[in-house]
Formats: sequence, C-alpha cells, structure tokens
Amino acid sequence: MADAATLAAASRRRQTRGRVLAYAALVLGVLVFAFPIWMTLVGSTHDVGSLGRGDVPLWFGPHGAENYASAWTTGGAGTRNTFTVPASAMLFNSALMAVLIAVGKIAISLLSAYAVVFFAFPGRMIAFWLIFITLMLPVEVRIIPTFEVMVNMNLTNSMAGLTIPLMASATATLLFRQFFLTIPDEYVEAAKMDGAGPLRFFRDVALPLSVTNIAALFVILFIYGWNQYLWPLLMVNDRTLETIVVGLTKMIGTGDSQNEWNTIMATAMMALLPPVLVVVLMQRWFIKGLTETEK
Amino acid sequence: MASLDIQGVRKSFGATKVLHGIDLAVRDGEMVVIVGASGCGKSTLLRIVAGLETATDGKVLIEGQDVTPLEPADRDIAMVFQTYALYPHMTVFDNMAYGLKIRGVPKAEIAARVKEAAEMLSIAQLLDRKPRQLSGGQRQRVAMGRAIVRHPKLFLFDEPLSNLDAKLRVQMRAEIRRLQKRLSVTSLFVTHDQVEAMTLGDRLVVMHEGRAAQVGTPMEVWSRPADTYVATFIGSPAMNLLPGTLEQGGAAVRLAGGALWPLADGARPGADGTKVTIGIRPEHLTVDGAEGVAMVVELAEPLGSETVLHGRLPDGTALTARVPGAAAAERLSLTPDAGALHVFDAGTGKRIDPA
Amino acid sequence: MQKKVIFRGVALPVALLLPQLLITGIFFFWPAGQAVWSSFLREDAFGLSREFVGFENFVDVLTDPNYLTVVWNTAVFSVSVAVLAMAVALFLAVQADKAIRAATAFKTLLIWPYAVAPAVAAVLWLFLFHPQIGIFGRMLNNAGIMWDYKINGGQAMTLVIIAAAWKQVSYNFIFFLAGLQSIPKNVLEAAAIDGARPFRRFWTIIFPLISPTTFFLLVVNLVYAFFDTFGTIHALTQGGPGLSTTTLIYKVYVDGVQNLNFGSSAAQSVILMVLVMAMTAIQFRFIERKVHY
Repeated sequence: MADAATLAAASRRRQTRGRVLAYAALVLGVLVFAFPIWMTLVGSTHDVGSLGRGDVPLWFGPHGAENYASAWTTGGAGTRNTFTVPASAMLFNSALMAVLIAVGKIAISLLSAYAVVFFAFPGRMIAFWLIFITLMLPVEVRIIPTFEVMVNMNLTNSMAGLTIPLMASATATLLFRQFFLTIPDEYVEAAKMDGAGPLRFFRDVALPLSVTNIAALFVILFIYGWNQYLWPLLMVNDRTLETIVVGLTKMIGTGDSQNEWNTIMATAMMALLPPVLVVVLMQRWFIKGLTETEK
Repeated sequence: MASLDIQGVRKSFGATKVLHGIDLAVRDGEMVVIVGASGCGKSTLLRIVAGLETATDGKVLIEGQDVTPLEPADRDIAMVFQTYALYPHMTVFDNMAYGLKIRGVPKAEIAARVKEAAEMLSIAQLLDRKPRQLSGGQRQRVAMGRAIVRHPKLFLFDEPLSNLDAKLRVQMRAEIRRLQKRLSVTSLFVTHDQVEAMTLGDRLVVMHEGRAAQVGTPMEVWSRPADTYVATFIGSPAMNLLPGTLEQGGAAVRLAGGALWPLADGARPGADGTKVTIGIRPEHLTVDGAEGVAMVVELAEPLGSETVLHGRLPDGTALTARVPGAAAAERLSLTPDAGALHVFDAGTGKRIDPA
Repeated sequence: MQKKVIFRGVALPVALLLPQLLITGIFFFWPAGQAVWSSFLREDAFGLSREFVGFENFVDVLTDPNYLTVVWNTAVFSVSVAVLAMAVALFLAVQADKAIRAATAFKTLLIWPYAVAPAVAAVLWLFLFHPQIGIFGRMLNNAGIMWDYKINGGQAMTLVIIAAAWKQVSYNFIFFLAGLQSIPKNVLEAAAIDGARPFRRFWTIIFPLISPTTFFLLVVNLVYAFFDTFGTIHALTQGGPGLSTTTLIYKVYVDGVQNLNFGSSAAQSVILMVLVMAMTAIQFRFIERKVHY
C-alpha cells in the first residue's frame, strides 16, 4: 500500500511540475512576443538624441506626448526625416483602404456566391472556376502587367485604384458558397410558398443568416487590407494617399542611425495598433474567420 | 377553400420514372392522405401540386383553374414542411407574417391574422421567440400557423409529424384533424405511417411504385383492399397471404395444406382449381376446438389485452394470428371468421370480388 | 455541389456575378495573360520595339547565376521561416493545451502578432537589431561580434527570417491549439493506461494525430514565406546586401520596377505562377480530404 501511495504522490508531483513548466514556458513565450513592441513603445517616449546615441532605454521617457503629437500632425517634419506625411493622414488612408477592401470583397463575394449556389444557368461552372483560379494569381506574381493596366485605366494615385483591384476574392466567395450550400432547401421552398423571389430571399433570409460569417470575414479582410504593402507601394506616389504601413518604411529609408527614431517608433505604434485592436477585441470572429477561410 | 384536381400527372427524373400517371379529385374541404413506403413518389406528387417540382406530363387544377404553369407563390396554397423550415433568424411572429408581408397585406390585418392563428394553436405567448427557443411540438404549431394565416385555398402537409416523438405525434395528429375540420380547408397530407393515414384522412391514396394502388375511405381501403400490396400495407399486424385454389364453383377456397374455407360473402368467379392468393387479417382468425387449421406457435407477443402469435402451418406456410387475452399454447387450431376472407388473383395480385 | 431547389433566370445571376467577373477579368486574367505574352517578347535597348523571342527569356532567367542564387535564398528563407514558426508555435500550443484553464487567456496574448503587417513587423525587429540604436545589435557588437545586417548577408538573412517567422507563429499557434484540443481525451487516457509517459505520448499519439494540421500549416507557411514577405524584406534589407536576402518575389519586383527589364520580369512571373498553381493544387488535394465542397 505504501508503494501505491508513493507512486500516486510521484504522479501528482510530476503533474504539478509539468503544469508549472507549461505556465513558465507560456509566460516566457508571451514576453518574447511582446518584447519588440515593448521596446518600440518605450522608445517612442524618448527624445531623438538619446535614441540616436544608442542609449537603448528599457523604461518610459518623458517625451511621449510630444513625439506622438509630432508624428500625428507633421510626421516628424522637424529635422532629419526625409519623408514627412502626418500620421493622421496616413491612418485615415489606411483605414479607408482597409474598410473599402473588406466591404467591397464581402459584397462582391456574397453576390457571386449567391448567384452560383441558388441559380442554375449556363456558364455557372465556368464563372465559378474563373473566380476560383484567381487564388493562383496573387498580385505579387503579376506586378508589372497589372501596373500597366492601372496606368492605362488612369487609376494610379487614386483610392479607387488602391482598392478596386483587390476586391475580387476567391476565398470569400468559396466561404459564402459553402455557407449557402448549408442553407436547407426547405427555406427556399418555404420562401417560394411565401411568395419571395430571389432578391427578396437574399435580403430577408440568406443575408441575415450570413451575419456571423460576414463579421468573421470582415476581421480577416480588414487586416488584409490594412497590411497591404506592395500594391500601395506601386500604385501611389501621391503623398496625400500614402498608407501608414508604406509610409512608415519610407520614413526609415535605408535605416540611417541619424533618423528621427522617436517619431518613427511612435508612427510604428500607430501603424500596428488598429489591426491588433480589431483582432483582440473581435477575437471570436477572428478565429472563426481564420479557420473557416482556410478550410 | 377549393377543389383540387390532379389529371394524368407523370414525372421522370432523367430515365427514372417516378410517377406513372396519377389522377385524383379532392373535394372542397376534404382531407386526402397520400400514404406509401419511401420512394413511392408521394412526396414528388405533393411537390408537383405545390409547384416546387414541374410535372413531366399532366395537369394540376385548383378550383377548376389550371395552375400547372404557375409559380408556387401564385397558386394560393400553403405548405407545412417535414423540417418545418422556420426561418431561424425571425421571431415566431415574423415567420408567420412573412408571406403576408410579401403579399402587401396591411400591418393591422397581419397582426390580427397572426394573433387569431396563434390563439387557435395556443402559441400566442411564443410570438416573440426565435425558433431555436421552441420545443419540437411548438415548432410544429408555428409551421401550421404560418400556413393558416395565409387563408390559402389548399393546405399541403409533407410528413409534418415524422420529427416528433411518439406521444406528441398522436396529440398533434388529433389537433391537425380538428383544425382542418374547423377551418374546412382542402388538404393533401403525405405520410408513410398507415396509422396516421387511417386516422387523419377523409380518403386515402395508397401509392405504390409511382401508381395510386387504391383511392378510398380508410374503412374501404381496410375492408376491401384493391390488391395484395394495399392488403399488407394497411393494417397491423399485416394481413396473412396464403396460397390456395378456388373450389366448389368459387364458393370456397382450399389452402395449399388441404384445409377448405368457405367464402361466406359470395362465390368468386373462376373455375375450380384456379390458383388464388387468400388473405386473412390476423384479428379475423379465431381459436376453436379442432376443426380449424393447426398452427405451431413459434413466437408469442403479449400486448396485454391481446396476444400476437407467429407460427407455421403443417406445410410450412407462415401465419400470424391476433387473439384476445393471453395465449400460451404451443399448438392452436384456427378458423377464419365468416366473410372475412379476401381473395386475390395469384398472378396480378388484384382483388377478386364476389360475382 | 448543386442545390436541389433553385431560382429560375439567367439575367439576374449574371448581373450578380458581374462585379466579381469584371474585376477578375480586368485585374487578374488580362495582366496574367499579358505576363505570359511578354515573357516571349524582348524589348530593344530603347524600348521602341518588341520582338518575339520564344523561350529565350526563360532560358536567360534559368541560366542566370544570380537567379539561381535567388532560388537558393528563397528555399533557405522559406524553409527556415516555416520550420521556425511552426516549431515555436507547436511548442507553445502544447504548453497552452496543458494549461487548460488559462489556454484562452494565453491565446489572446499570443494571437495579436498576426495582425501586425509584415513590413511593420520588420520595422519592430529593425529597432531591436539595428547595429547602432537596437538593443540586441549593440549587445552583439559590445560582445565583440561584428553585427551589421546591412553589410553581412548571413546576418541579414537571419534577421528577415526572424521577423517573418515572429508574425506567423500566432497563426500556427491557433491551428495547432485547435488540433490539439480536438484530440479526444480518452485516446490520451488510453495511452496513459498503456503506460506511455508524456514525452512518448506526444511523439507516438499526439504528433501523428495532428499531422494533417502540420501538413496543412507547412503549405500555408511556405506560401506565406514566398509571397507575403515582400514587405518584410523591402522594409528591412531591400534584398541586400548584394543579393543575399533577395527572394523570387523580390527579384520580380526589382527587375520589373527598378531595372525595367520587362521580358525577364515577365518570364519570372510565369515561373512563379506555375509554382503557385502547384502549391494551390497540393493545398486543395489536402483540403478535399478534409472538407467537401
């Protein structure tokens, strides 16, 4: 009996030890992941001199307010930055672009998925495959000819050019199609009995039933839009349309140590905060969106 | 409220023929139940009447008007679905009101009609709930209510009770019948359950392999089944079918095992020795002293007030009998009640009536 | 595949599809066709005329030693990012799976890097590893290791790998954790009764059971490293020093946008398209088994 008791105690000890180690590893992981942000946040509250000298600060300094104010209003136009667009303007552009892309993609995908699922018409499968194939043509592999199309259509340096070409979405169409296929046939039949036509059924039944999918997709697509890099880099050289992600790297240029690092760090914080907030606050939708779109 | 006429309706899906020409006239206010095993085409027929499916051939008339080319919405009918098909994001009220809203019925009238139907179905206190907050029976009532508020010419029921548990099913069955009688709406009800069919219908249509095997009142179908399929489909336990021959100029039948049973309701046409199928319901077999056929009991199923006995005749033919009270014997002598024998053509299975 | 009950009509569904098809046609298929077409053309030195040269552009690209260097870079970069991001994520997911009550809290604390743009992630790591202003950059230099990713190619590659993997860990973590949490508890209990200790249990039971997730993530991570890290590289190293952090995508951009070498850039685009198609095909073969479209 003593043996069993010893074994049980050992097993309990092992379990406790395992759990402690797990928590320790997780805390360490969280710290490692947060460290770059911490350093940036702290750095954004010091003056340009101490950063440039390389006194890497680990705790907040007294210059936070002025650094953020300067980044917000002038983009640190003061002394050494070659690139100066106020962060407020860039944030507005990023937000507008992200929302337009997300809403546009969702609207366009909803309509096409609805057409493909609830109608039988000649060319249905061709349309479906045409949309599907776009999965295989990311903008990165067709940069130059796409740019030429934009130039020919006079769409460069415009919010339309920045967003419309990114609104086609095979992923979102596939997601909505899959969801529509799960709507029981009886709903359509009941709607037919009730006298609802296809548009009415879309508005009154299909759309309201899709709200959770729309919310989940919105989170993913907002981040997708906000984080666009290559496309705005190519499309925009008009500074009034600069997005914050591209603007931030333009501020850094080649990474000269003489940069105004304090405003750059403040701008970096502002560039990452909106999408991070969206993910953290809408975590449930985010995870649903992530796992559903990748199925 | 209207009459319904189904004329020569056929339906094929590709090469598969599902309906081989159905004719049916439903009178104003009548409840007709279409009953049959799964795959017999009963649901397809209902969906053709609803306009959800297009007939390959034939016509559907409501109140004498040909509605075959019309959309479901234009036929002025209402349907209760097997899965109820309640819109999950709408409240009970909105579910019931939706069809009226689309038809542009004034708000006040919608409210009044929904209220009236809800009270009739005793779901008035549930109007603000969503379907997922309702029990199965309550959903069933809402589905009924959605049909009732429309004041349609025709009610269609597509196995609406099959998702309910046994007790609720019996209760809802009675309620549907009461409502239908009270509203006296012409109704077509599809089910695979013969008890449901017998209890609900003014008349039954027994369907078999895309054909209407028999159309008649429940008692007609039960007491004079048109063929061996209907004979075994309606009634529980199923009617015994035994091979035999006509004797005594058609006034009696002889079982394959040798016993001779007189036909008390009249002689059947046909020469002596003609092969026939003899039908006898288990409840029409009586245990007697010695004159009857001898059955070796293989299984006794006591049901309390009666016992169902399964066994074999000396020549190996299977036989089922239903006897009152408890029965424990291993061997029984059985005689058929006078006039309870059915005779069917051995080849076609069609009923042979007294000449 | 197709619903049984449908609405009738042709004009309406076509109208509903039109926006998507227009955008797809104008901004996807037309340029992709152009890329294929230009990959067979060559422009003269002054950009005045183009002539058809068959597969010459492809031959030039594939025999260019620089291109082969870039292929090698891409392989090293992608595999390192995928392995690093997946190993860290799996380790953290296993720990989070053990910490049952706190799993959700840790999930929140670990998923946010997903939302950080690749370019911004690169900037964060630049702040850490900048030879003059970065804490690690200075530490390394003070310790006598010559650290300057702007001069040393190996260091530049290491830095872009870390910056790219950092962001992707969150994504992998979510999927690994979901995979681990979907393993039925009684399977693990059975293994425990069979006498398997935790470490053994992991490699003989858990790891095989989440192998579909692992394979799926491998493909996703490779695709990410291939196509979505343009911003990381552009913000950190601009492909340098020399070619040491130039990947295939980055080279298409440099040759097309900066060097204006259209024929070569188009040929590279076509090669990449073939690559994406292969990857998508693999991804969908896997998906088909998991979900039915």
